Amino acid sequence: MTTDVASTSNGAPAQAPGVFTPEGAIGKLVRVQAFQILLVLVVIFLIFSALAPTIFPQWSNLRLIIQNMSILAILGIGMTFVIVTSGIDLSIGSVLVFSGVVSAMAMRAVGGDGLPTAGLGILVAVGCGLAWGILNGVLVAKAKVPPLIVTLGTLGGALGLSQVLTGGVDIRDVPSILSDNIGYGNVPGTTLPLISLIAFVFLVAFGIILHRTRFGLYTFAVGSNEEAVRRVGVKVDRHLILVYSISGGLAGVAGILSLSQYGTTAIAGQSQTNLNVIAAVVIGGTSLFGGVGTIFGTVVGLFIPAVLQNGFVIVGVQPFWQQVAVGFVLIIAVYIDQRRRLAAARGTGVKRRFSLGNLVTRRK
Amino acid sequence: MNAPIIELTDVKKSFGPVSVLKGVGLKVYPGKITALVGDNGAGKSTLIKGLAGVQPYDDGVVLFNGEQVHLHNPREASRLGIEVVYQDLALCDNLDIVQNMFLGREETATGIFDEGRMEREASETLRSLSVRTVKSVRQKVSSLSGGQRQTVAIARSVLKSARVVILDEPTAALGVAQTEQVLNLVKRLADSGVGVLMISHNLVDVFQVADYISVLYLGQMVASVEASRTTSDDVVGYITGSKTYNGEAA
Ligand SMILES: Nc1ncnc2c1ncn2[C@@H]1O[C@H](COP(=O)(O)OP(=O)(O)OP(=O)(O)O)[C@@H](O)[C@H]1O
Ligand SMILES: [Mg+2]
Repeated sequence: MTTDVASTSNGAPAQAPGVFTPEGAIGKLVRVQAFQILLVLVVIFLIFSALAPTIFPQWSNLRLIIQNMSILAILGIGMTFVIVTSGIDLSIGSVLVFSGVVSAMAMRAVGGDGLPTAGLGILVAVGCGLAWGILNGVLVAKAKVPPLIVTLGTLGGALGLSQVLTGGVDIRDVPSILSDNIGYGNVPGTTLPLISLIAFVFLVAFGIILHRTRFGLYTFAVGSNEEAVRRVGVKVDRHLILVYSISGGLAGVAGILSLSQYGTTAIAGQSQTNLNVIAAVVIGGTSLFGGVGTIFGTVVGLFIPAVLQNGFVIVGVQPFWQQVAVGFVLIIAVYIDQRRRLAAARGTGVKRRFSLGNLVTRRK
Repeated sequence: MNAPIIELTDVKKSFGPVSVLKGVGLKVYPGKITALVGDNGAGKSTLIKGLAGVQPYDDGVVLFNGEQVHLHNPREASRLGIEVVYQDLALCDNLDIVQNMFLGREETATGIFDEGRMEREASETLRSLSVRTVKSVRQKVSSLSGGQRQTVAIARSVLKSARVVILDEPTAALGVAQTEQVLNLVKRLADSGVGVLMISHNLVDVFQVADYISVLYLGQMVASVEASRTTSDDVVGYITGSKTYNGEAA
């Protein structure tokens, strides 16, 4: 007990032995951004419920909200993984469209309305998404091109190719088995949209992967200090390729779901999707600096724009205000993240301010 | 005196036409601290990168525990128990102390992280090094002070049951008190039987802890002496090239 290595950062005197205990769980929870944003969501929810008690809080309305969110939730999973590695994926909307287009063409080519056709469509969509994801991953990890540029490139590439393939005309024949069951169907015996259950299953599965497995831990580690992870012998390049593949593959899943729900390839309909998903992920507490984030936060971050949109329509506010409100929530979320980081960096002298530069110059 | 755990003979390394290590010899003894000093650009970092397997030597003999070894990549060095604490520490800020200490070789029980075991081992390692100021091993590394971060980086190498720990300027960014604490930690590390090789520009630190001092000058080992048999002035002379060492290599 003669010498103590390093004093605590706030200069507090050395503690007695046996203090290696986790911090208080409740105190920790309150400081987690996902939790703070959940409180915001609850407040918004209560306000709309008070303003329109007969419409807003009814299950039929809430059902609509979660049904509309489901596809974005699937995309949000991949985006959370990518942003946690301190990357970004702008291509998801285009990859969704491309996967939908190729899948619709494949299903049209084989014809039929049944399960085999639908199964083929699903496989093709996921395969297309994976292919774009792998391309993104290889360019980011191996060619060391910054993710912002890579995915901006594939955003254009996937959308352009979709238009080339279709001549710019949306394909509208979707097997009825897809539109009836996945698109607008419910889980048998309930009024829960099947598409929402699908999204929920993906959320839980990838939530476990991100928060409970070695793969997830390395995802956080890579976003935190890529070089350090490399030095301990983790295959960082392979990891990044896998992460971008997850994002691409899930965009493929979203492609077939979108096809099922809207009955069209909606080529022009996804131009804002990437930004909406990024906004939701960031609102949910995932840091654009990498290394921090939760799937749960992303879900909450998706609910806020969705509930605002829905609520504004119901209470008769022009829905354009939703964009204004979401914009402010986004800025506040990043501001909080920034403050938290600066506070955490006390004593280490490490101060990183977020700038596009982080995404444009890829740290080696 | 016991046998060296690491012995380098006539080690060479060039980058293109530039010869950075021109036939260097070095010994590191178990349980002892060897300080590696030399001016900027003398080749210190290049020398330890070879030992870490990051940048293999072009030529020369490396004996580990008396047997010749070939260090071609970090895994081989790590397998022998050679651990390097780099100057930038290479910690993941957003992970906690346990996650950092076990990064790359997490303990699992039936596929799930054995958090309890990792937490226990991390705490025990810190305690064995008499580290008592870390509030919780579940603290994020970003919230630690510079000295605490250095501590975690060193403890990580101990946890890997290192036999040789190489420290690149462990006190460079630290204040007086924290320097003192880290130097004490380095001493305890050596006392536990580990061979320590420490790069430092600070001769006060060097004389405070080192058993041996090796001086690199323009890619050549110009002096290897027992710390108790030399003076700061002499070492400065060797570093700047204004004095030549005539004794035998210790
Ligand atoms: N990868 C490389 N390619 C070319 N030259 C290199 C490379 N690495 C090191 N050098 C050169 O080798 C020489 C020795 O470098 P080294 O980093 O080993 O010095 P050092 O003793 O660690 O110096 P310092 O005290 O400044 O850290 C320098 O002249 C440096 O420019
Ligand atoms: Mg150096």
